[in-house]
Amino acid sequence: MIWNEEIETMDRAGMQKIQLERFKETVRRVENHPFHKERLQKAGVSADNIKSLEDLQKLPFTMKDDLRDNYPFGMFAVPRRDVVRIHASSGTTGKPTVVGYTRGDLENWAECIARIATMGGASAEDTAQIAFGYGLFTGAFGLHYGLEKIGATVVPMSSGNTRKQIMLMQDFESTVLVGTPSYALYIAEVMDELGVDRSTIKLKYGLFGGEGSTEEMRAEIERRFGIIATENYGLSEVMGPGVAGECTHKCGMHINEDHFIAEIINPETGEVLPEGETGELVLTTISKEALPIFRYRTRDITSLRRERCACGRETMRMSKIQGRSDDMLIIKGVNVFPSQVESVILGMEHIGPHYQLIVTKKGFTDALEIKVELTDGSLLESYGELEKTNKRIKERLHSVLGIDAKISLVEPKSLERFTGKAKRVIDLR
Amino acid sequence: MLKQLSVFVENKCGRLTGIVELLGNGGINIRAMSLADTADYGILRLIVNDPQKAADLLKKEQYTMKITEVLAIEIPDEAGALANVLRMIRDAEITIEYMYAFLGKQQQGALVTLKCDDTEKAAALLQQNHVTVVDPETVYGL
Repeated sequence: MIWNEEIETMDRAGMQKIQLERFKETVRRVENHPFHKERLQKAGVSADNIKSLEDLQKLPFTMKDDLRDNYPFGMFAVPRRDVVRIHASSGTTGKPTVVGYTRGDLENWAECIARIATMGGASAEDTAQIAFGYGLFTGAFGLHYGLEKIGATVVPMSSGNTRKQIMLMQDFESTVLVGTPSYALYIAEVMDELGVDRSTIKLKYGLFGGEGSTEEMRAEIERRFGIIATENYGLSEVMGPGVAGECTHKCGMHINEDHFIAEIINPETGEVLPEGETGELVLTTISKEALPIFRYRTRDITSLRRERCACGRETMRMSKIQGRSDDMLIIKGVNVFPSQVESVILGMEHIGPHYQLIVTKKGFTDALEIKVELTDGSLLESYGELEKTNKRIKERLHSVLGIDAKISLVEPKSLERFTGKAKRVIDLR
Repeated sequence: MLKQLSVFVENKCGRLTGIVELLGNGGINIRAMSLADTADYGILRLIVNDPQKAADLLKKEQYTMKITEVLAIEIPDEAGALANVLRMIRDAEITIEYMYAFLGKQQQGALVTLKCDDTEKAAALLQQNHVTVVDPETVYGL
């Protein structure tokens, strides 16, 4: 089923017309906003002189730092009384990134999710159990209102409390599971441990997001629950989930193009790449009122293609996220920058400046190993001394990163040296 | 006092060979050795004929290492002999951190290397009690 047949199957020309109109409207709304005014003037762009969608490329990119610098509400483009909801993303370094929604924004958000839920198989007949954490994070509320909009029975279970999660899944006969793919797999493991009889689980569809996943992981989820699992994409800076989602054909995520304009750029040069090429996804909101954003650099690496899908939708599709253009790692849901590890290691005695991060999956849980070179022989008197040093590094890293890492002391020179750009992260997930 | 080398070795195939080869090519002769390991790494302890030269070779190749002063004692090659010596050390409230035996080639007794929390005190104590503390030069030249 297609939720919004008119929009989702609209031809290219029609969609571009909507995009151009809404892009102009968005520019018009922010022409006097302190953050946007100067940027628009510098780029020589005004609502009246925009001729085509290509004019978007004249505008500078917006970075996550722009949101941080304007913390908390400096990027809002409407009076505070028109903002009816606030969300925020976890801040890795200090302040979180704050986003706001007007009533109209919430309606559009629910519409975007309604389309994605429908293309993922859900309908008014379903009972959808939401296993995202409710709170400042956009995941749970985003899916919640979209699923209500299509008439599904929403169970706002939130994440965690896995036994109860399974019990309600059985008792309420939930047919749709919403959450992160890794949590879904964890639920499956607990079900096995508890010896839950599969026939008591009525799930048919899984709508997963909040983190990327591999095809192998999807296959595993589908096998374990006997469901069709689709992935959806979004980020709080532009809305939250709802930017794009897979239909049950699972061949790329359909972008809600009447709300977002997607571009792919070369992350090194900023140059816009031709359709089909792989690069960093850049998003522009064209319906947002509270927090319009032009050319937001998502740091997510993907590619776009525009072919009619077997499901009948004409919207542009983005491939699974293939990685990130900055060096941020998401480990156990926590954002980790190698630079944080570096600062800890450089500040410690007995160990050398070289390090390597190895991220693996043990079962379905991420594990981080950090290799550092032991350079000071004075610790070789006893294993106790070495263990103490190991423990000290571990504790210091935990306090900075918020997650546990295995520390491996290695011989000097055994870690690779780099003459150009260092590659200190090995992600084996 | 007798000089021992401690070298940090990763638990990886070929690491130990690399060290021993390096020393062998440099004309270093190993008199005694001990290697204990954890899951990820080990500490290799060596008594060699020329500790300073061995240390220079290892440092040049950037091995993480340390020179420690230890004791070599000679004990009669008979049942209960080691226990007698260790009792003396215990009664003087000296802690043995680690010990290992020499590769067998000695004339009369067995040679044992000892590292204590107070190695000098242990040396003095053992000598008073007529335990043979072997002269470093003799050990290097074995």
